[in-house]
Amino acid sequence: MAILSKEEAQAILKKALSFSKADECEVTLSGNVGGNIRYARNEVSTSGAEENVSMSVESRFGKRSGVATINEFDDKSLEKVIRRSEEIARIAPESPEYIELLGPQTYITTREHFDTTAKIDPAFRAEAAAKSIKAAADKGLTAAGFLEHYTRFIAKMNNKGLFAYHPSTVVDFSVTMRTEDGTGSGYVTQDFSDSSKLDTAIASKIAADKAVGSRNAKALEPGKYTVILEPAASIDLLQNMFFNMDQRNAEEGRSFLSKAGGLTKLGEKLVDERINVYSDPTNPEVPSSPFAGDGRPQEKITWIDKGVVKNMYNSRYWAAKKGVKAVPAPGNVIMAGGNESLEDMIKSTKRGILVTRLWYIRTVDPQTLLYTGLTRDGTFYIENGKIMYPVKNFRFNESPVIMLNNLEALGKPQRISGSLIPPMKIRDFTFTSLSDAV
Amino acid sequence: MLPSIPVFGDIIAPEKALETVDIALKKRLADVALNTAKSKGASYADVRIGRYLQQYIFTREKQVQNIVNAESFGVGVRVLANGTWGFAATSDVSDKGVAKAAEQAVAIAKANAKLQKEPVQLAPVQSYGEVSWRTPIEKNAFEVPVSEKADLLLAANAAAMDNGANFVNSALFQVNEQKYFASTEGSYIDQDVHRIWPNFTVTAVDKATGKFKTREALSAPMGLGYEYMIPKASEKIKGPEGTGLTGYRYAYDMLEDAALAAKQAREKLTAKSVMAGKYDLVLDPNHLGLTIHESVGHPLELDRVLGYEANYAGTSFATLDKWKTKNFKYGSDKVNIFADKTQKGSLGYVGWDDEGVKTKQWDLIKNGVLVNYQAIRDQAHILGEKESHGCCYADNWSSVQFQRMANISLAPGKEKKNVDQLIAGVDRGIYIAGRGSYSIDQQRYNFQFGGTTFHEIKNGKIVGPLEDVAYQSNTQEFWNSCADMCDESDYRLFGSFFDGKGQPSQVSAVSHGSAHTRFNGVNVINTARKI
Repeated sequence: MAILSKEEAQAILKKALSFSKADECEVTLSGNVGGNIRYARNEVSTSGAEENVSMSVESRFGKRSGVATINEFDDKSLEKVIRRSEEIARIAPESPEYIELLGPQTYITTREHFDTTAKIDPAFRAEAAAKSIKAAADKGLTAAGFLEHYTRFIAKMNNKGLFAYHPSTVVDFSVTMRTEDGTGSGYVTQDFSDSSKLDTAIASKIAADKAVGSRNAKALEPGKYTVILEPAASIDLLQNMFFNMDQRNAEEGRSFLSKAGGLTKLGEKLVDERINVYSDPTNPEVPSSPFAGDGRPQEKITWIDKGVVKNMYNSRYWAAKKGVKAVPAPGNVIMAGGNESLEDMIKSTKRGILVTRLWYIRTVDPQTLLYTGLTRDGTFYIENGKIMYPVKNFRFNESPVIMLNNLEALGKPQRISGSLIPPMKIRDFTFTSLSDAV
Repeated sequence: MLPSIPVFGDIIAPEKALETVDIALKKRLADVALNTAKSKGASYADVRIGRYLQQYIFTREKQVQNIVNAESFGVGVRVLANGTWGFAATSDVSDKGVAKAAEQAVAIAKANAKLQKEPVQLAPVQSYGEVSWRTPIEKNAFEVPVSEKADLLLAANAAAMDNGANFVNSALFQVNEQKYFASTEGSYIDQDVHRIWPNFTVTAVDKATGKFKTREALSAPMGLGYEYMIPKASEKIKGPEGTGLTGYRYAYDMLEDAALAAKQAREKLTAKSVMAGKYDLVLDPNHLGLTIHESVGHPLELDRVLGYEANYAGTSFATLDKWKTKNFKYGSDKVNIFADKTQKGSLGYVGWDDEGVKTKQWDLIKNGVLVNYQAIRDQAHILGEKESHGCCYADNWSSVQFQRMANISLAPGKEKKNVDQLIAGVDRGIYIAGRGSYSIDQQRYNFQFGGTTFHEIKNGKIVGPLEDVAYQSNTQEFWNSCADMCDESDYRLFGSFFDGKGQPSQVSAVSHGSAHTRFNGVNVINTARKI
C-alpha cells in the first residue's frame, strides 16, 4: 500500500480534489518503504523496517492558506482532510508572500526507480552486513556500519490542472573499520539508486585497507598543505556552498554571494575557471526528481560556468517580486571533472596529503563560508607521487570559495550523497591544529 | 531558515493536542504486547505506547512563516529472545496491531541471535507497579492560543527591528511526550513530559561594505511550560559590567533580549577583530553548556566508549583503562561534573527512563578525576555496577531506545563570587556568551568553539566588543586549565533541544548547568577571511 502506481495515486488525488470548495487546492501524496541494518563490534546491533504513506492538503481562500495531513484514504477520510484544511485556511492570516498555485506543467522523464533496490529484503540486508563484517574479521579489524534503503513515491495534483508523479529508490551504505589496537581507522561510503551497483564486500575492502594503512600515524605540523580531497571528504563543504546559492539571501545582503552596495556576485567570477557546476535530473549516475517540492519543473541548469556565477535559485514569490525567472533549488549537483583517477592524481603530486573524510563540519563565518572540521578515517602523506605514511588528523578552517580558487586538478567524478563530485587537488588548504583522534 | 528541524507524525489541529489517551486502554494494550512476546519465547519485553506532540512556530520580521502542529501516536515493542534484542513498532494501536509488532520483535531477535557473540545481560530493576509522573510545569504551552504565542514572537521581532536589525527570524518550539511504558519486570509507568525553546537570529547588514553579522538569542531550551516565556525580575542575573548582557534562569525576557541583540549585531559590524594568541577565557553558562555537552557529555557515553557509534558519532578518548586507573585527571581540582536526570527545569528531567529505571544523579568527574560514565541496563555490568544509571531514551514510539546523554552539569564554586569578581582577576582575556560554532573530533580530543558575543578583558575589566573569535583546545588540557568559577547564585541551565545520535539518527534534548567559569591560557584564533 505504501508505494502507489501513477494511476492509483492519480485516482486518490482526483477523488480528494473533488471534495474541495476552496479557491485553490493542492494535494500531495507520498509514501516510502524502507529498511536498515546497523552493526558494530562485528555483530548486528539493530535492524528495522518501516513503511508510511501520507497525504497533505493545502487549501486557499484568497491569500489565506491552511494545511492538513492524513494517512487514511477512504472517501470519508479524504473529505475530512479537505474540510480540515479549509477550516484552517479560513482562520489563517493573509500571507504577504502569496503566489497562486502552478497550472499544468511539462516534466522531463527521469529514471530514479530501480526494481533491484525496491526488492531489498531482510536477507539482502543481513548478507550485506555479513560480507562487510567478514571483510573486517579477515584482517583482524572491527567494523561498525550501516545500510539503509528506501523506495519512495511522490504525487501532486491541484485544481489548476497540475499533476506530477515520481517514483524513486536509493540505497546508502557506510562502514568504519578500526584496528584492534585503536591506532588505525578506515572508512567508505557509497550510495546508489540501483542497488545492483553496490557490493559491500568490495566497498568494505577499501575501508579495511585504509584502516590497516593508517596505523601508527606520524604528526605533521599544521599549516597550509596541498591536499587531494576524495569526494567523500569534499562533498559536505561543496554542498554547503551550492545549497547556499539562494537569490533572496544574496539580495538581502546576508550571503557569501552578497557584495558592497547591496549588489550580488551574479555574473562574476567566483572560483577557478576550471570549475563548472550544474544540475541535471536525467543524469543516469545521479537521477533526481523531474519536479521541485512546489511542482516547478526541474531541468538542466548551470550554477557555475567557468568559475562564473550563472544562476541562483529562488522562491516563486521572490522571482515574481524581482521579475526574474523562477529557478527551484537543485535536486542534484554535478561538478564536472577530468579523466584522472585518484591514483593518477596521487602520482602527479610532489608533496601533499590525501584526505578520506572530513567530519563535524560547522559554519564559522557565513559571510565568507568559512567552515571548520577535521580529517578522519584515513589521512596520508604523499611525496613524489607515492603515499609515504599515514599522518595524524588535522583540524581545518577553510572556505569552499577559497578552496575552489586554489584548484590544482580535478579527477573523474563519482557519485556521493546523490551528487557527482570529482576528487580534487587543492593547494594551500588550511590546517590549523592537530588532533589525537583515530 | 531552520531546515534541519525534525518533525514527526501527522499535522493536527492545535486543540487536538489537548486530548489524552485513556490509561486503562494503554494498560490493556501493553499487556497484550507483553503477553504475546512472552508466549512467543521472549525472556524479557517492554512496550512503549507513545503520543508525541510538537508545535513549532516560525516567523520573520512582521510575518508568521509557518506553524507546525504534529502528532505521532504508536507503539514500540522491544524484546529479548535467545539473549538478543529485537524491536518492532506500529502505528496500528489495536490489540491485533500490538500483538503483531510483539511477534515481529521476537522474530527479529531470534534471527539476529545467530550473529550474537554474547547474550545481553540486563542489570536488575525494581518493579514499580502502576505509577505516573509529569514535568512540574505551571502553564501548559499547548493550552496557550497559537495567536498569543505568534504575537509574542512578532513583538520580539519588532523590538529587534526598532533597535537596528535588518532581519530577524524567530521561532518557538514546544514538545509534549505522553509516554506509557510497561515491562515484564512489573512496571506500568505513565509520564507526561514538557519542553519549550524560544529562539531567534538577528541580522545586521552594512550595505555600503557588504558586511553582515548575526546575534543569536540568549534563551535556553528548558523542561518547563509556558511560564518560561513570562519575564520575572527574580530570574534575571546581571551580566558582566560593560556588556549590557543579562542571564535568564527559569524565566526568559524575549523582548529585552531581542532589543539588545539588534544593538549588538550592529556593534559587531565595526567591532575590533581579535588578535590570535593565548587568552584567559571567561565563559557564560549559555556558552559553556555546549562546551560541556561536546567535551564531557559525549565522550562519557559508554556506548561510544565501547565502539557502538564508531561509524557515525565516533568513539571516545576516555577509554575504560583510563577510568580504571582511578586517577585520570580529566580536569583541574575545581572540576566537578555530574549527571542528573532529576534536575528541575532541565530538558532531561523525567521520573523513569525509557526502560523503566527510576532516574537519579551521579558523579562523572570528581575533583578533576574521571569516576564514571553514562550507562543503561545492558551496560551496567561492564562498569561492575548493579543498576542502570537511568539514561535510556527513544525519540519516538517507532525508534528503539538506547543510551542517551543525561543532563551533564558543572558544579558551581563554593566560594561566593559574581561574574565581575571573576573577571577582576583576569589581565588579558575574552568574555564569550551564547552559542556559536561547535566542532569536535570523533574521539573528543580536539575542539573549536565560537560564541555569539565576544568582549575583550584587560586588567580585570571589559573594555569593548571583539569579533572573529574562536578557541581551539584539547579536552583534557582545557578542563585542566579550569581556574575558577562563580557560586551557586550564578548557576543556570543551557542545553541542546535537538542532539543527534545513532543510525538512523535520533534526537534527544539535554540540559547543561554551570556558573560563569574561567579557563586560563586557551588558544584563540582569528576567523576573518576574504573571498
